[in-house]
Amino acid sequence: MTDLKNVSADQNTELAVPVSSAGSGRRFRLRIFGRWVGITGLLTFLIAPIVPLFIWSISFRWFYPAIFPTEYSGRAWSEVINPNNDVVGVAWNTALIALVVTIFSILLGVPAGRALGLYEFRGKRLVEWLILAPIIVPGLAVVLGIHVLFIRAGLSNTIPGVILVHLVPTLPYMTLVMSGVFANYDTDFELQARSLGAGRWATQYHITLPAIFPGVVVGALFAFIISWSQYVLTLLIGGGQVQTLPLLLFGFVRSDPAIAGALSVVFILPAVLVLLLSSRYLSGDNAAVGGIGNI
Amino acid sequence: MTQVTLSALTKQFDQKSDPAVDRLDLQIESGKLTALLGPSGCGKTTTMKMIAGLLRPTSGDISFDGQSILSIAPEDRGAVMVFQNYLLFPYMTIAENIGFGLKMRKMDRKEIRSRVKDMLDLVQLPGFEERRPRQLSGGQQQRIALARALIVQPNVLLLDEPLSNLDAHLRDEMRELIRRIQTEMAITTVFVTHDQEEAVVLADRIALLFDGRLQQFDVPDAFFDTPKSVEIAKFFGGTNFIPGFYQDSEINTSIGRFSAPHSAVGEGDAVLSIRPEAITLGANGDNSVTGTIRSHVYVGRYARFRIEIGEVEVEAVTDPGAVKMFSDGEEIPVRFDPNKIWVISPSPDVALQDGG
Repeated sequence: MTDLKNVSADQNTELAVPVSSAGSGRRFRLRIFGRWVGITGLLTFLIAPIVPLFIWSISFRWFYPAIFPTEYSGRAWSEVINPNNDVVGVAWNTALIALVVTIFSILLGVPAGRALGLYEFRGKRLVEWLILAPIIVPGLAVVLGIHVLFIRAGLSNTIPGVILVHLVPTLPYMTLVMSGVFANYDTDFELQARSLGAGRWATQYHITLPAIFPGVVVGALFAFIISWSQYVLTLLIGGGQVQTLPLLLFGFVRSDPAIAGALSVVFILPAVLVLLLSSRYLSGDNAAVGGIGNI
Repeated sequence: MTQVTLSALTKQFDQKSDPAVDRLDLQIESGKLTALLGPSGCGKTTTMKMIAGLLRPTSGDISFDGQSILSIAPEDRGAVMVFQNYLLFPYMTIAENIGFGLKMRKMDRKEIRSRVKDMLDLVQLPGFEERRPRQLSGGQQQRIALARALIVQPNVLLLDEPLSNLDAHLRDEMRELIRRIQTEMAITTVFVTHDQEEAVVLADRIALLFDGRLQQFDVPDAFFDTPKSVEIAKFFGGTNFIPGFYQDSEINTSIGRFSAPHSAVGEGDAVLSIRPEAITLGANGDNSVTGTIRSHVYVGRYARFRIEIGEVEVEAVTDPGAVKMFSDGEEIPVRFDPNKIWVISPSPDVALQDGG
């Protein structure tokens, strides 16, 4: 940690030199400082918890009071890679489910968010409450009710059933994010494009999409991660037939901490990766989000 | 060159309220500059959006050169609207903004680039291709918005309050630019404004709307010389209205009988209207009455007097020298030029004004 701070101080003075005016220099220094606070926070809360998990995954003996394992082993990782255990297959499965859930969340959440953000209609408050309800009501209660329906519909123990039930917690986030985006959106831009000769679809593609894209990325990120880390809903609706990483991981937590550690690393990495890839859209001073502000 | 005809055009947003546009009949001449004038909320912009195809009329018809265009999508109408707040697409460069319409028409990139350059020259902003909308001032954005519309060579150009967001000096520049381009390209142009002066200076013809209804459709000076109602005359700065009875080219009022050869109405109750400039102070003869000067204001280029005649008060605008000749409280003869008197139909507004 202290190393990091020293580095930041060095960077600081070094980078601030070329800036001529004192005021903008201070602002620049402040921004650099903010960036380092952000990176430090990210490391502390996101990366640091992975470290012990990783150590677990390569340990053979690790008992109190030893700070580090007394013996190391690649057993856990070879188990993870072992084709017989099909960890890679389950990870694919999980990713595929999360991806489909994300796509459906976008397809349903964007129009719903548009309706809520832009238009006034009778019963709007009620619709807002109903959309929020899955977040407020405990998931377990929701899924017990849904389970009966899904059994009747033949959806339980199937991947489509799991995808459907994952939409229950993801859709509210997607819809809420998009309704916020659309509340600051001026539909006259679409009319202007139409008037200039753009058809319905061309307008959606050239005008609407760029304006809402950062919001869609943020919403999609929520949807993906919620689905990716879903345990209870997958367990109940999937009935053990549909295997995902969280289920696999949970099974090892008590029986074999080393494998659980290795699985956790596999489990966390995509989430961190997705987050880093889309961080551009999450930060406030990027051009696209700024564009939204202007609209 | 396209002639735009509106027939019984009506837009009602919801059943409970009055229509925003009410049975509007209008023949917009091809290649001319026509103003839709009226106070805010009178249905001007609604009318314009209907012409552009961005709003569906409740009833009535719109036709270009005699062909109804109601079933034609906005992108195929060839009627391009420039919005009041410019609406430059924020995530595109200026060149991409201007070229947008051509790109939608699948034009070759090179061709687009050269036409964009021509357009930037036309609106006097050469070299702005790679800039971003938010780097531009309001006046510059307005010109880019205009260029973006003109580049597709529209049959009808629709401008929503083109000058209202600009400073006074930019306004003059923009006014000249619009006039020049419109004359050069001879595009049928309709613009919306709430400012009667703007309409008078810029338009070939003005359609005046109150509450979604067409009041008068005429050349600009007609609104000063021969307004159809007291409300219209007032909107154009008329101040003197005296109720009376009109018969045989004369109007008999509480302050006397005036000969008035020009009238919008036949025999019966009517209102004498006369513009402040048409009242001469200190002149005897026919059509003159005696009044008392109540107050005056010296404005520099002219002077304004308030004169009490019997129980009515009129306003007269004279050359500035008059302030040296007359003083407040003085009783003087006041002449109403018979050729400048215009008789209009009675209005409830005028009865109210008498008291004051």
